[in-house]
Amino acid sequence: MNNAREIQDIKGVSTWSAFCATLRRDLVIALKRRNDLLNPIMFFLIVVSLFPLGISPDPVELSRVSAGVVWVSALLASMLSLDNLYRADYEDGSLEQLLLSPQPLYFLVLAKNIAHWLISGLPVVILSPLLAYMLYLPSEAYWTMVLTLLIGTPVLSLFGSIGVALTVGLGSRGLILAVIVLPLATPVLIIGAKAVTDVMVGLPVGSHFALLGAILALALTMAPLASAAALRISVN
Amino acid sequence: MWLWFAKLGSPRWFYELSDKWLPWLYLSMLIMMSIGLFWALLIVPEDYQQGQTIRIMYIHVPVASISLACFPLMAVAGTITLVWKMKLADMVAQSVAPIGAWFTGLALATGAIWGDQIWGTWWAWDARLTSLLIQFFLFIGVIALRSAIDSTDAAAKACAVLAIVGAINVPIIKYSVDWWNTLHQPASNFSMDPVSPNPPEVWVPLLVMICAVYIFFAIALILRTRNEILQRERRSQWVIDLVAREKNV
Repeated sequence: MNNAREIQDIKGVSTWSAFCATLRRDLVIALKRRNDLLNPIMFFLIVVSLFPLGISPDPVELSRVSAGVVWVSALLASMLSLDNLYRADYEDGSLEQLLLSPQPLYFLVLAKNIAHWLISGLPVVILSPLLAYMLYLPSEAYWTMVLTLLIGTPVLSLFGSIGVALTVGLGSRGLILAVIVLPLATPVLIIGAKAVTDVMVGLPVGSHFALLGAILALALTMAPLASAAALRISVN
Repeated sequence: MWLWFAKLGSPRWFYELSDKWLPWLYLSMLIMMSIGLFWALLIVPEDYQQGQTIRIMYIHVPVASISLACFPLMAVAGTITLVWKMKLADMVAQSVAPIGAWFTGLALATGAIWGDQIWGTWWAWDARLTSLLIQFFLFIGVIALRSAIDSTDAAAKACAVLAIVGAINVPIIKYSVDWWNTLHQPASNFSMDPVSPNPPEVWVPLLVMICAVYIFFAIALILRTRNEILQRERRSQWVIDLVAREKNV
């Protein structure tokens, strides 16, 4: 009797509060581990500053490649931080609890992906104008770059989550994750970087934003489903 | 109807049936391939612009068309694996991945040889070349994932999910790359008109070659799947009997 009551209590938790609880939990864990929080941002800064060393300090040349450099670095930074998304939860067993919970896994995965974006994607978006300045990006392209990153980086988290979910149970993940996820991320990279370079030469960019928005809408609705299916396969 | 469907999923049934198909497939491939190659390489007139190099088309186009068909095929097989848990579908999905990667690589290679003659460069960051290259990476990802997971069952489901996600992505990649940069000519239409830029004497041998290469692909896929069946079913009685019979002969 008591047992049945408890089950009733767990089922009574609404999907929305489960979503919020998962989101809050991931954010709290991230804030308690400062290093994990800082590493992707540091990685982003270091990768971007490697490009002038490798290409040339010349302002004209750098400003031409700046959009692509910032976008590729954001993509790599998002990739690097992905491994944290499910691994710690997998190792301490809380991922199994998540899979066993009566709430739809789609929303719980979505909450985790949003948390991942808030931790690793948003700082990159906020930092990007500084790096764009260092790479001599023309000032009229700043807003376009920030906005494309703002729409594009959540897609990277959502797509990346599928790759992590597929490989979470494996011993050696690092490179296989990149091999799986990076090709999937190419459309976002192409459209995002193209929008910034187009604005630099004075072309309209409305269609680029429409396409990025469409990809984000598709990723928001479909990617957590694929992640959820992949998690159920990996944790067995 | 469902009985037929369940039968289709049985590896043994497929193994025995494909035994009967294979000689016919070999024969038809041999005939079509020899007619197609003879026609394409010796009879088709030189192109007024491209000269002899137009003959590369008779290999490049069939190979490229199969490389595009492989990913959807893998995704369909993956869906069947996930929904109906059919063992045979996963064996096909596993076999098609390396073949797809090979055909994609071959399409890129023949395209590079042709490009060197016509565009004056082996490689260009053109839309179709780039999207084919990314598709090649996607195949490599599926193969890598499969080899990384030890359990056959988990690998089957994981690769099925990745194949479906990849198949949804392939058209998106195609379109985004398309408007990013285009140098490749659009696909030509077939025409019956003998004075059109693409008369039947050019495209009929191409059609023969496409059929021949498709049959070749089917043979390669069936042979790989048969190996996979023997490998995975090696403990079942019918395979043990089969091997014993082969040994006696």
